Amino acid sequence: MNATLKKTDKPRVAVHKFSSCDGCQLAFLNLGEDLLALAERVDLVHFAEAGQLDPDTEVDVAFVEGSVTTPEDIERIRQIRQHSRMLIAIGACATAGGIQALRNSANGADWVAQIYAHPEAIASLGHSTPISSHVKVDFELWGCPVSGPQVLMVVNSLLHGVAPRDNADKVCTECKRKGYPCVMVSRGVPCMGPATRAGCGALCPSLGRDCYGCYGPAENANTDALAAQFGSLGLTPQAIVRRFLSINSQAPVFLSAADKTRMRGHE
Amino acid sequence: MSEQKRTVAIHVPVLTRVEGEGALDLRIENGEITELRLRIFEPPRFFEKFLEGRSHTEIPDMVARICGICPVAYQVTAAQALEKLFGVEIDPWARAMRRVFYCGEWIQSHSLHIHLLAAPDFFGCNSAIALARIAPDEVRRGLRIQALGNELMELFGARSVHPVGIRIGGFHGAPALSKINAIRDKLRAALPEAEALIRWAASIPVPQDDQGFISVAMQHPTDYAIETGAIGVSDGLRIEADAFDVHFAERHEPHSTALFSTYHQQSYLVGPLARLNLNHACLPEQIKALLAESGLALPSRNLFHSLVARAVEILLALHEALRLLDAYRMPDSPWVLVTPRAGVATGCTEAPRGLLWHRYEMDDDGCVVNARIVPPTSQNQGRIEEDLRLSLLNLGLDHPDDALRLHCEKVIRNYDPCISCATHFLRMNVERT
Repeated sequence: MNATLKKTDKPRVAVHKFSSCDGCQLAFLNLGEDLLALAERVDLVHFAEAGQLDPDTEVDVAFVEGSVTTPEDIERIRQIRQHSRMLIAIGACATAGGIQALRNSANGADWVAQIYAHPEAIASLGHSTPISSHVKVDFELWGCPVSGPQVLMVVNSLLHGVAPRDNADKVCTECKRKGYPCVMVSRGVPCMGPATRAGCGALCPSLGRDCYGCYGPAENANTDALAAQFGSLGLTPQAIVRRFLSINSQAPVFLSAADKTRMRGHE
Repeated sequence: MSEQKRTVAIHVPVLTRVEGEGALDLRIENGEITELRLRIFEPPRFFEKFLEGRSHTEIPDMVARICGICPVAYQVTAAQALEKLFGVEIDPWARAMRRVFYCGEWIQSHSLHIHLLAAPDFFGCNSAIALARIAPDEVRRGLRIQALGNELMELFGARSVHPVGIRIGGFHGAPALSKINAIRDKLRAALPEAEALIRWAASIPVPQDDQGFISVAMQHPTDYAIETGAIGVSDGLRIEADAFDVHFAERHEPHSTALFSTYHQQSYLVGPLARLNLNHACLPEQIKALLAESGLALPSRNLFHSLVARAVEILLALHEALRLLDAYRMPDSPWVLVTPRAGVATGCTEAPRGLLWHRYEMDDDGCVVNARIVPPTSQNQGRIEEDLRLSLLNLGLDHPDDALRLHCEKVIRNYDPCISCATHFLRMNVERT
């Protein structure tokens, strides 16, 4: 990852939004009084939900939330890339197409016709795709949603002129550090933690429940072993497929794990 | 502005400080409004379709993703609808804590809206950051209240955006008593701050904009309805959630990706002011006294009172959370086991922006056959367009374009539309002939 920022007076920052729930922008808007501190250290030049509107201005860093789902989106993300020295994709929609990428395996046009009386008026691509499918992305922050501390970590790294750290380890490591009992080992609950990227702080196991993979695949995830474990805990092949195809269904590691499970189910 | 008889088309980027993507088309010919449409072109995300085939256990985590600002509303509505279908009686502890959890979302969402989205308009600012330069104490107070709402949500959901605590049958876990005691202190300390917020909100001069409209909100015999109650209408109708379809209809207009809702073919209002109009008698006495002091007469016919209504509901939510947490005890189990059954589940709650209605058809295995979700913003869509027209006429059409545009923005923000996300900002095209 080669994402650093030259130490300038005050970096110009933009926050852009594509198809999403707005939840990752809240990593900024929910900072509380820290939001005002952040505004002292960076120049927030474009952030529509916060009231700053200047989408085509040159910026040092562009944070991009959301996935690409319309023909217009493709043009817009290219424009943003041209105006941004560094582009950072935040959240599952921007890094993997998001939950709305579940349409990628279905017939999107049929769905439009079933919901809307005037389907011809709906401009929507058949697929929901991550930002990196369209332009070069300098850094990806995974998570649904990303948290305030994650985003501040990136901003602080950049302000200090170093590349942000990319934690692709597994949720299991966070459980061990925090001393949470393993829900799968101790109670037989099918948990996505062994294949899911760290970063949330093992929130689900902290409540005694299973991780459901909202941070996307970890590096070196052994999804074969995990699928086999789910099977031995009593999940049907269809239920295992649903575990992989949820918030990050188009992340290649989860997508291929689901395909393999389907093939095995037909054997 | 031109005095020549020609069409003037002005492309002004308009609505920042809303969630979602839309546009406003305003056309004025010979001093009359000939076109006025709120166009919503948020790309559809097809939630109702990809819920099909999903297990009931997955629904709370999936529907949360509809909205990052009000995920609790979606989770609680879905859980309660399915619990009703499955014939599950959840523990009184879980019932009370669902309300506390929901109060956290009201506090967070309302304070975010007042300070980050709406208030800058009334002080000539384009953002809360700019507003903080002239009203630093008020903005900081608002951000602190917002943070407390988030903290209340985190208590039960581990995080405030897409919380992970709700399950069908109750909650996954119960917070320890030590955490409850810590947050009770904070809630108590926030009460005077919220009272000051109401006074501040009521002191902001707003346009006198008298309009007739129908208010729709849930109603409860004793409580200010949040997560339980029947659906009430200001004309006196009272129905249960399963009769929603009989009285309310949705239709698709080509200029919007959100469906329009109507009540007996009329537009209607949902949200804080509709709730306050119908339920102010259920407010605690201290809050009633503050309301009387503020001079706000209810029911109100002025949507610009929405700002004060949100402030009042913040104080109410703090009161309710404190009342219920004062009686906190650790439950035997935070959840009860559910056995799915086939059938149709309907349910509704009061999301921060207004009535939220869900309907699920479930199969024997507890998987979704089909789903329908009617969010508050699509219900308000028709009312927003009607309001814009009446409000512009009340203001006068001969104002400069910028003044008209700002007025329209204020009107739209009164509804805190959650156009639920998507790309850029609203654009307004003013055409004059």
